[in-house]
Amino acid sequence: MNIVDRRPNPKGKSLSNRQRFLSRARAEVKSAVQNALRKRKVADVEHGEKVAIPMRGIVEPAFNHSRRTGRNEHVVPGNKEYVRGDEIPRPTGGEGQGGSQGSPDGSGEDAFEFTLSKDEFLDMFFEDLELPDLVKKSLRETFAVDLQRAGYTVSGSPANLSIRRTMRNSMARRISLRRPKQWEVEALRAALAEARARGDEGEVQRLTIDLERAEFRSKIIPYIDPIDVRYNRFERVPRPNTEAVMFCLMDVSGSMTEAMKDLAKRFFMLLHVFLVRRYRHVDVVFIRHTSTAEEVDEETFFYSRETGGTVVSTALEKMLEIARARYPTDRWNIYAAQASDGDNYGADSGRCVSLLGGEVLPLCQYFAYVEVGDGMGGSLTGLARDSDLWRAYSEVAPAHPHFAMRRVGDPSQIFSVFHELFSKGGVRA
Amino acid sequence: MSRLEATTPLFNGPNWDYGSLRQVYDAIERIAVDEIGLDVYPVQVEVITSEQMLDAYASVGLPLMYHHWSFGKRFAFHETLYRKGLQGLAYEIVINSNPCICYIMEENSMTMQTLVMAHAAFGHNHFFKNNYLFRQWTDANGILDYLSFARDYVAKCEERHGVEAVERVLDAAHALKDHGVNRYAHRTKPNLAEERRRAEEWQAHAEATYNDLWRTVPGTGRDKEDPDAAEARLQEIKRDLGLPEENLLYLIEKRAPRLEDWQRELVRIVRLIAQYFYPQKQTQMMNEGCATFVHYEIMRRLHDKGMITEGSMLEFLHSHSSVVFQPDFDDPRFSGLNPYALGFAMMSDIRRLCEEPTEEDRAWFPDIAGNGDGYGVLRHAWANYRDESFVLQYLSPAMIRKFRLFHVSDDSTKPALRVEAIHDDIGYRKIRTALSRQYDLSRREPDIQVVDVDLRGDRCLILAHYVHNGVLLAEKSCRAVMRHVAVLWGYSVKLLEIDAATDKTLKTYEVAQPG
Repeated sequence: MNIVDRRPNPKGKSLSNRQRFLSRARAEVKSAVQNALRKRKVADVEHGEKVAIPMRGIVEPAFNHSRRTGRNEHVVPGNKEYVRGDEIPRPTGGEGQGGSQGSPDGSGEDAFEFTLSKDEFLDMFFEDLELPDLVKKSLRETFAVDLQRAGYTVSGSPANLSIRRTMRNSMARRISLRRPKQWEVEALRAALAEARARGDEGEVQRLTIDLERAEFRSKIIPYIDPIDVRYNRFERVPRPNTEAVMFCLMDVSGSMTEAMKDLAKRFFMLLHVFLVRRYRHVDVVFIRHTSTAEEVDEETFFYSRETGGTVVSTALEKMLEIARARYPTDRWNIYAAQASDGDNYGADSGRCVSLLGGEVLPLCQYFAYVEVGDGMGGSLTGLARDSDLWRAYSEVAPAHPHFAMRRVGDPSQIFSVFHELFSKGGVRA
Repeated sequence: MSRLEATTPLFNGPNWDYGSLRQVYDAIERIAVDEIGLDVYPVQVEVITSEQMLDAYASVGLPLMYHHWSFGKRFAFHETLYRKGLQGLAYEIVINSNPCICYIMEENSMTMQTLVMAHAAFGHNHFFKNNYLFRQWTDANGILDYLSFARDYVAKCEERHGVEAVERVLDAAHALKDHGVNRYAHRTKPNLAEERRRAEEWQAHAEATYNDLWRTVPGTGRDKEDPDAAEARLQEIKRDLGLPEENLLYLIEKRAPRLEDWQRELVRIVRLIAQYFYPQKQTQMMNEGCATFVHYEIMRRLHDKGMITEGSMLEFLHSHSSVVFQPDFDDPRFSGLNPYALGFAMMSDIRRLCEEPTEEDRAWFPDIAGNGDGYGVLRHAWANYRDESFVLQYLSPAMIRKFRLFHVSDDSTKPALRVEAIHDDIGYRKIRTALSRQYDLSRREPDIQVVDVDLRGDRCLILAHYVHNGVLLAEKSCRAVMRHVAVLWGYSVKLLEIDAATDKTLKTYEVAQPG
């Protein structure tokens, strides 16, 4: 008998089969994913999803007998009360018909259920989404370089000398070449002096030769030889610019209702999920504003209530201040999303426009403005009057392809709006 | 082995290592070969993880398989069940190859590994090596090489012709794989190594001698032949087709007018792999019964010799009894007769009636009752029967009573099912015959044959389904399969449902030539 350990074999042997399966069922899986997203809480967006897809498209048909025609015979176990000639009402399920439960090859089932991994799930969701200008930025992304330890080398600058490794080599060499140790030489010298004092000529002669030999060996075998020397080696690895920061700007003045905030929250979270997919590290900065702006934590951002007027430009200023202080653009991809009900202090709109167009947008990879409605969907029909902010931002929009603005009325629109906002090519309002 | 060693358990505790695996294997081998008289292929035990086990599930239990989306679907299905905890994984998978490959999972306890080795490496292995169907239809020496050839070939085709084109052919061929087997041994025993060599040579030859000029040579003046000769030729061609032909894939592979060589080879691959599984489908109950019986005997003997501890024995019995559990028909867990349960019970019963027969046994099995050689009778049965004939030959009244089997007939024209027979004197034989038919693959699967090809007209392929007892084909799947057949055949396909008794055509399906 042979025992072979197959455990170290490469994993994911059926990965390619799985991908084929998914692409085969693409249309079905995608619509299942969209449905699932609509139903689930946004906070769970990032988890995998169990999807049930209709069998159409993925059936593997075979010639089968129909169960409903002709005369079938069955032998089944577990008779308790029947005697010959008894009549049994026809069962509705698979009972007595042998194994017609859900199996992947069965013909009876109409939905096929399986679990998508988190990645597959989000891939499906983001399939045709792409943040604009991502490509452009990604070209710049490899600029930063990291040094990474990569073993030892025989040449280098003294600053990188690896003392430990050098001494280890030196010691190994000294031992293997039998370089006399310092104390051995000292001992010989002492013994020689003693022999001299004793006047033991034979001993003196022997010790003199020994000593000379030892001193000679010490001389020709150096304590540290150039071949012992090792330097720490560092490799330069290009570090992809994998950091992104997402600014969430929201108006929290009294005019924003809980429902509006909820809408805004969903939008922010979707953006967050998207960024997490793209970047290894995503910082989120929450800036809320009334007539003044402040940076707050998430909890406060979404759930505490404030009163006061509405001066949008304060939030933009705050964002600029934070970005300059903490997120230099050479290391960070900056994304911003602003949610508001569109109210603004009348004289402030002009300032918003100049801030946005002049300073904020050049800094950002992408800036999305979402105007949340009252849930009546009125503004979506275009009948409602444009808000102050909307009108102001509309001036900026044409000149900046990476600025997008949308209106959202109720939760069911979030996803489609999101989809539109980030669809390839960047649709603009 | 000295007495002292024999009374020391081979292992303690649940953890296993290679040393104890080997030791246990040797102990099992002594019992299996010397005491039960099994004859097995050499064994290769492979330790795998649960994920690899799922992989193996997905590729129908074979260690290598070409890529196809349906395997991914199966993987997704099993994985979901497994993750949910609805389905445990099999403890082992065994492959009918020489050497016999036996997968064991790393998370099994040592007791389970012992059980698995007894079950798979000896039970299944013996059955594979000795059963006439496997001997006749499968080539244990060549299967692994052939599978690796198939995988590479499919991959190469995908490179050349695109994944989609390959998928189209494979999908279609898969739909027909139940009808791609030879049921009678009029062709030579398969030699998969030879197969592989043939396919490679043929391809090399075609490539080496390819000359585009042949395409431009005008046809020989066939058109000018007189109508009688043409008719005669037609008849000759039809005779050559060997109709009727029940091996649909064979006919398509050899005769489909529009397939290219690589497509024929793909069809052939599916066909040969289907043929490889054909014996397994016919002997599932016996195969599992044999393995279960063998592992039970071996574990019992190991325990009698003091080679496994009481704790291990209890662990084994727990797992054994859940394997051979047979829920009643009205139990929600019921999904047909459990092949492990029935096979194991019947084989234990055979041994019992050989050794301690009752009067009834003597009347029913005069040739073997009380002959004292239970293992001998079983070895004979394992070698020379399949499920259907095994039930017909060996299902004893005691078994029918034990399982309380009863026979119902389900006539779709009547409002209720009727109990035809139960476990009483009048019923035994009826139940035995009916159960045997239930295992008869040729009754379980629709009887479909190619009956005609319209050679002069539109090249329509005509299939016939011979309807027994009025059981028609399921309509939806039939239409889907027909579309696949049309893809392979390249022209329109017709299927007639013909009552086998009256020759009356009950229903007709037609698929137009694929665009």
